Amino acid sequence: MSAPSSALRTGRDPYHLGHGPSTGAPEYTGHGGGGPAPKRIVVGYGFWIFILSDVVLFSCFFAAYTVLIHARNGGPGPAIFDLRNTAQETACLLLSSFSCGLASLAVGRRSLLWTEVALAVTGAFGLTFIMLEAHEFAGLVTRGYGPTHSAFLTAFFSLVGCHGAHVTAGLLWLGTMMAQFAAKGFKENIRHRYLCFSLFWHALDIIWIGIFTVVYLIGRITP
Amino acid sequence: MTLLGKLTWQAFPLEEPLPLFSGLAVFLVLIAILVWVWRKGHVPYLWREWITSVDHKRIGIMYFMLGSVMLLRGFIDAIMMRTQQAIAFRAPGFLPPSHFDQVFSAHGTIMIFFVAMPFMIGLMNLIVPLQLGVRDVAFPTLNSVSFWLTAAGALLVNLSLLIGQFDRTGWLPYPPLSELRYSPGVGVDYYCWAIQISGIGTLMTGVNFVTTILKLRAPGMHYTRMPMFCWTALAANLLIVAAFPVLTATLGMLLLDRYVGFHFFTDTAGGNSMLFMNLIWAWGHPEVYILALPAFGIFSEVVSTFSSKPLFGYRSMIYATMAICIISFMVWLHHFFTMGAGATVNSIFGIASMIIAIPTGVKIFNWLFTMYGGTVRLRTPMLWAIGFMVSFTIGGMTGVLMAVPPADFQLHNSLFLVAHFHNVIISAVVFGAFAGYTYWFPKAFGFVLDERLGKWAFWLWNIGLWVAWGPGYIVGLEGMTRRLQSYDVAEWRPWLLVMAGGVVIILLGILAQIAQIVVSVRTRDRRRDLTGDPWDGRNLEWATSSPPPAFNFAALPNVADQEPYWDMKTRAREIGQLVRPEPRYEAILMPRNSPTGFVTAFFAVVTGFALIWHIWWLVILGLVGSYATFVVFAWRDHDEELIPAEEVARLDRANRAARTTRLQERMAERESQQESHE
Amino acid sequence: MPGLAAGDAAIDRKRSSATAGKVGLLLLALLVLSELGGCGRAQLQPAGPVSAAEREILYDSLAIMLAIVVPTILAILGVVWWYRPSNRRARRMPDFVYSGRVELVVWSIPALVVIFLGGIAWIGSHDLDPAKPLRSHHAPLDIQVVSLDWKWLFIYPKLGIASVNRLVVPAGVPLHLTLTSATVWNVFWVPQLGTMIYCMSGMADNLYLEASHRGVYYGESAMIDGDGFPDMHFNTHAVSRDRFDAWVQATRGSGPVLNEQTYRALLRQSVPPHPYTYRSVQPGLFADVVLLRLPPGHGPQGAVPGVHPIGGSNVHPAELK
Repeated sequence: MSAPSSALRTGRDPYHLGHGPSTGAPEYTGHGGGGPAPKRIVVGYGFWIFILSDVVLFSCFFAAYTVLIHARNGGPGPAIFDLRNTAQETACLLLSSFSCGLASLAVGRRSLLWTEVALAVTGAFGLTFIMLEAHEFAGLVTRGYGPTHSAFLTAFFSLVGCHGAHVTAGLLWLGTMMAQFAAKGFKENIRHRYLCFSLFWHALDIIWIGIFTVVYLIGRITP
Repeated sequence: MTLLGKLTWQAFPLEEPLPLFSGLAVFLVLIAILVWVWRKGHVPYLWREWITSVDHKRIGIMYFMLGSVMLLRGFIDAIMMRTQQAIAFRAPGFLPPSHFDQVFSAHGTIMIFFVAMPFMIGLMNLIVPLQLGVRDVAFPTLNSVSFWLTAAGALLVNLSLLIGQFDRTGWLPYPPLSELRYSPGVGVDYYCWAIQISGIGTLMTGVNFVTTILKLRAPGMHYTRMPMFCWTALAANLLIVAAFPVLTATLGMLLLDRYVGFHFFTDTAGGNSMLFMNLIWAWGHPEVYILALPAFGIFSEVVSTFSSKPLFGYRSMIYATMAICIISFMVWLHHFFTMGAGATVNSIFGIASMIIAIPTGVKIFNWLFTMYGGTVRLRTPMLWAIGFMVSFTIGGMTGVLMAVPPADFQLHNSLFLVAHFHNVIISAVVFGAFAGYTYWFPKAFGFVLDERLGKWAFWLWNIGLWVAWGPGYIVGLEGMTRRLQSYDVAEWRPWLLVMAGGVVIILLGILAQIAQIVVSVRTRDRRRDLTGDPWDGRNLEWATSSPPPAFNFAALPNVADQEPYWDMKTRAREIGQLVRPEPRYEAILMPRNSPTGFVTAFFAVVTGFALIWHIWWLVILGLVGSYATFVVFAWRDHDEELIPAEEVARLDRANRAARTTRLQERMAERESQQESHE
Repeated sequence: MPGLAAGDAAIDRKRSSATAGKVGLLLLALLVLSELGGCGRAQLQPAGPVSAAEREILYDSLAIMLAIVVPTILAILGVVWWYRPSNRRARRMPDFVYSGRVELVVWSIPALVVIFLGGIAWIGSHDLDPAKPLRSHHAPLDIQVVSLDWKWLFIYPKLGIASVNRLVVPAGVPLHLTLTSATVWNVFWVPQLGTMIYCMSGMADNLYLEASHRGVYYGESAMIDGDGFPDMHFNTHAVSRDRFDAWVQATRGSGPVLNEQTYRALLRQSVPPHPYTYRSVQPGLFADVVLLRLPPGHGPQGAVPGVHPIGGSNVHPAELK
């Protein structure tokens, strides 16, 4: 049984199919082959994975919406949506994303004042968005088109409401973030957290574009 | 609205003696243990070293302990069901339907979510960072939160024994049965909130491990050098990230239906119960592979180690793993071929399900060829692996059988189906967990488990599996449907009696495992694993001491091979000394302990309980508490602590000395052998 | 690499020796199965064309897979035994970690099996699609099936009668079943006739079955629906055409009428101790149930006292002989 030593001399894997040759020296190939990634990368990457899972969550509500869109129980279809309100909501969310981007720049320059200002603007737009959405929901409910009226309305309220709940959670996070910047300045872990927050906020924007398209725009052209 | 919502004295099963006494017994034992721990003064130790620990190894061990305790609970349910079916021939038996239905629902829920998942996630926690050659997972505190949320879900399930009742709709709450109209009690709510809470924990685990495996590896460990267990863990966690949100969303919709009168799955107002079937199985089928893939990884490690050979067809195994990972999302419809989808849809999903059998078959053959030409040592972990290969091949075959839609038209919802998934889940996941448990136990605790009792446990479990579920196939072919509380078909009776016998054999197996722990702990001093490499292992987890220090490796290993530790060891044996020179020891920064996970789970239990019983003020309190916990956690400034260089040096030198001694012993052995040959 | 070549040769030897065992075991397995089929097992003793075809597919698929599975298991056990540490005759090949030929074989064996089985699945699914009418020179008999809280209602729309917990059909005539549920989901299953299918509220499924021989066949609910689930079974009586006609006449002559009012009474939770019939049925009742114009049942829980299942409210075919 002299196999191990002969394996070493010949190289175990003549076809290079996985059992790489033993050169004794590490071989850096990228893809993390160079050792553990720095904290900033790890945090951002992990949060990005989380966002992907959140997208899957939304996809279920999108699926339910498209399945139930015709299950109206004698009630109305997407014709009841007010596109003007939706346009305002979209504008608010896009502007808040823009100011969130400005806040990132301010964080990059370590300017506490501008960071807080940009974040406050982001929060204000986000809050306006939520209020517009609440206004839309309240209007529908008072007209008798609440979520319990039909499966279609259930799916609509849940899909849009799930996004609204995310924005609300984002606002809570944003407030906490502002307090942390004020109390602790631009420490490394706070900046990492801000990176995650901005990813989250932009992702919500992307999901809103999906909702805008699937629910409001396509809703307008389907009977 | 009352202060306690729906909670009244009627929630306590005062007139039903069986659940009352079993519930009381469980909680009295629990309280007795807590009092004992407190009186003995172990609380500070437990708090410091375990409850607040963010060390992946400790968390892994706690996951495994949670799984073991819940295994006992779920197994008691199994005994009750088998006994009921054995005696309930033209008779009511000892469990009324209302209770029997809770028992099978709890059994399935517990075994999947609180036994199989904690076992697999526990082993991943314990081993993946060690195999990757790094010091911890990507987000250690989040890891602790994940564990404690899983434990919170398990606690809620057990709470339903004593307060209220559990779900009676089976382990997946199919609407409309699970809708408020047809299940007005708190059972479904217990189920949903327990799964939602533990599901969030599982999702966080998925995020954590995907990030860990993709972003934190020792230098030189590129993808085709990762141990197979890491690959399967990666695949399983990718599945978690992609599938668990579906579960969360689906149960969320069901909860919206139940709590605020929405109409996702109701019969009325246009709701669609078939939507639930599609959504829940879009999670449910990947879930099967979330459990099975890590088990396949464990078997790959075990078979390779105990055959003294590298894994055969390593790249093939990677392809097979990732193929299973992807295809598992394309087969969900095979869980309801009998729902009336058209022939084309049925056959496409049937064929997709069969296609999964290809990579799975490849894995079996590759393990076979790993053993081929090796030196097969039949230690306990290897026995579990061989038992798995044999039983799983048969279970896989019956699975493919049911993937043929016209065959499934006769087998669906029969005991044949139940026998099939017990056959595959016990042989793959449970045997896999036990293989991993005996294989890595010395790594976790520093001593080897008793072999003799381990082998007893293996044979009893293996025989018990077939005595309990072999007849299941037959009785299913005889037309017995699942979940029957009583029956009057004489032909089924003998088989059900045999099945009850099988569960007794498995019980003996579990007793053998308990004895194994007791004996091994009492004789641990002569079972010590001093070098950290008791099985002549091949991957990096064996390159550090047993149990490993908090920082795992004094210096991150450089990886130059698919089996880095085997490579190091072989060279060491050639030159007669350790390959790596003593590193220059430096202080190591490790994450600090944190009670965040425990406190979050506490508030999660409070919130979940309040939601189940509609105690709204408590819901708000729980949510505010959770948020406050996160803010407090986010506010702390010192989240890492330094392990001084002297401490690192002391621990590492001790291990190096033990390894050098062993190496010298081995060289001497070989010389004397060669002399005797000459 | 001489080691690899020798390894392959050894594999070839192993394979040829396994073939002999394979054939023997396959025969044994088939023998066991036919044995099982011979002594009164439900699905394995088909009483109609659907269940016969399904059993055929079951056997074929099983035989194809056993041809692979049995040798594989034997090979696993054989390799474990041969390569035990104490066997001095075993050739150790610690470098045997890859072989293109072996890889080709291990991927193609399961792939070929699946291609073969996939063909069976495709053809079988289309042939045995539950909603596909059976070929027969008789016109199918329409039967509407409603699953209720712990009992089955069978309506014969063209004959204007209905039956609870007993399905009487003429042998040799295809049955066109339309199924729904007036409560939670259920599964209609008569193992000896074939295909089971979901009964779902607000929807109607189609299922074609046929009993070729006269006899009594056990039928059941195969989906948990609450406390009365274990007693929710019925017998299917396949009788000659003449006896069927006589039964229809007798049924028309007595018993209550099934209209909206009596249907509401039927909706209540109960496990009827005996099957019974309705002499006439209000037209369109089934459509009213499917379209939810009639209210759904009480549902499975919050049990009414006294209807706890007792076991044995129905008679098994074995005892009717």
